[in-house]
Amino acid sequence: MIFEKPTPIRDGFGKALVELGEKNSRVVALTADLSEAIRVHWFAEKFPHRFFQMGIAESDMMGTAAGLAMAGKIPFVTTFAAFATSLANTPVRVSVAYNQANVKIATSHGGVCVGGDGATHQSIEDIALMRVLPGMTIVVPCDANEAYKATLAVAEYPGPVYLRLGRIATPIFTKANTPFRIGKAQILAQGDELAIIACGAMVGFALEAAQVLQKKGVSVRVINMHTVKPLDRTAVLKAAQECGAIVTMEEHSIIGGLGSAVAEVVSEKYPVPVERVGIRDVFGESGEPHEILEKYGLTTKDLVVSCKRALERKESMVKYKSRV
Amino acid sequence: MEAVEARELDIQHIKDMATQIRRDVIRMIVGVGSGHPGGALGAAEIFALLYGGVLRVRPANLKDPHRDRFVLSNGHICAAYYSALSLAGFLPREELQTFRRLNSRLQGHPARVKLPDLVETSSGPLGQGFSVANGIALALKLDGSRGRVYCLVGDGEMQEGQVWEAIMTASHHRLGNLTLIVSYNGLQIDGEVQKVKNLMPLKAKFESFGWECVETDGHDVASLYRALAPYARKNGVNGEKPRAVIAHTVMGKGVPFMENKAVWHGSCPTSAQAEEALLTIGKAKGFEDYPVLPSPASTTKKRRR
Repeated sequence: MIFEKPTPIRDGFGKALVELGEKNSRVVALTADLSEAIRVHWFAEKFPHRFFQMGIAESDMMGTAAGLAMAGKIPFVTTFAAFATSLANTPVRVSVAYNQANVKIATSHGGVCVGGDGATHQSIEDIALMRVLPGMTIVVPCDANEAYKATLAVAEYPGPVYLRLGRIATPIFTKANTPFRIGKAQILAQGDELAIIACGAMVGFALEAAQVLQKKGVSVRVINMHTVKPLDRTAVLKAAQECGAIVTMEEHSIIGGLGSAVAEVVSEKYPVPVERVGIRDVFGESGEPHEILEKYGLTTKDLVVSCKRALERKESMVKYKSRV
Repeated sequence: MEAVEARELDIQHIKDMATQIRRDVIRMIVGVGSGHPGGALGAAEIFALLYGGVLRVRPANLKDPHRDRFVLSNGHICAAYYSALSLAGFLPREELQTFRRLNSRLQGHPARVKLPDLVETSSGPLGQGFSVANGIALALKLDGSRGRVYCLVGDGEMQEGQVWEAIMTASHHRLGNLTLIVSYNGLQIDGEVQKVKNLMPLKAKFESFGWECVETDGHDVASLYRALAPYARKNGVNGEKPRAVIAHTVMGKGVPFMENKAVWHGSCPTSAQAEEALLTIGKAKGFEDYPVLPSPASTTKKRRR
């Protein structure tokens, strides 16, 4: 499977799930009245006896999935990011995470690009909520191809996984042969003056910002951190040591997500300037995706501004060090 | 399976087992200084019957895909659960003294990570275990397993919204292999269930949700067995309706000063009270109290000093 044109990230998930269904009879899928929205309807059509419609009952769905996992199945639970992680948070915490149940929570509508639905359906805290659960793995694919590969990888990966998928059509950055391994960051562009670490649909902006800065003579490393947990600490520390400044970008709150994860590692092991681009502790609102991204500071331009600030901070640190 | 079903149930043996569960519950809770005696004492007959006659599961067949499964949804009454597991040979008797202590497998609420082969799911936050039981039942159905799933919930627990989601799931997905036992003692932490948030008419609710439902005395072993035994199902073992058994129980049953008093949901008796409780409960014929070995807690304390 390979996508070439801009494709919703969730499509890569839906296609991979059908393939998994053919390969592995243990794979089952559940949804809470959102089978098409998360592209699980393709699986449902092909494997009706392994597809469970749970109705609008996310908490019960999460617990049921845990039970299926206890009896040896590999359940993929599908709903919107906000419902899986907030509404069904307690069963995710106890029935899935504490049980170390082999449940794969696959969600669409992660982030603010959900069309006109507004703040209730924009999940800006799901990564944070999942990240604090011990043993939870978090994968945020950047395009449909990566979502496809991630879905196959997640099925093989033992234990609970949160797979966050965006809703809108996203340009394709990765190819069929781009290697994908859970927990191993991808370097999409080499550079040694500044590193941009991004996940999900924001990876595209990172590549664009890198080009803008490259033209101004700044050597920028672009890292696709598709696995937010367990974080590829080696890649983060190498970026800190070799580039000396880091900017993170995510379609998520700057609190508790990728930016926080990177800052935690950097501040403990090798402090260098870190700037975080993301939603700044506010709820979203209705609007067209591009309008929302603009209003909430999630564009290539915003990223470039943060990169410049990080470079300035790096400069002043170098100057300070040379003075003392 | 036929052997177990056809076997005449030794009612006196189950009664004695329930007595021993009650003794264990009191000793475990007073031994560590905390726990939930009320619901545990009230469910002694339920646990004795499940592990003494109803569940087709043995320590030797824990990997058998056709074994029966049990899910304790109201996890706080786990002292009785651990006691039953030890009496049925799934746990060493002496392990009961580690209940609620550091490094113990016997957590204050059942933890699957500590007992992966025995505990089907961790439970504690109410209303959650039932959904997991549904999931197991769904998987067993999918696999054509003969295994049945029994799930125990408390009455107060049924105020949780997730329980009603699970009730709908079980009938919608035709989980005829599932039996839900409601230990109905009418009390919860803040008082009478009826006053806190009324559940009645519960049987009618189950039936209108597409369940088969029977009510029984939760302490009368013979009638409880009739309610729980698989062949008692109106629609047969392979029917498609899930079955609810409302077992009317008495919180604190067997210890008069605890009976029907909500305060004993989660309070620990004093050693004098515990002594009195054990005297009232009496000895269980054919069973023995678990031995108390030198406390691991005391060595920890010494190390700390």
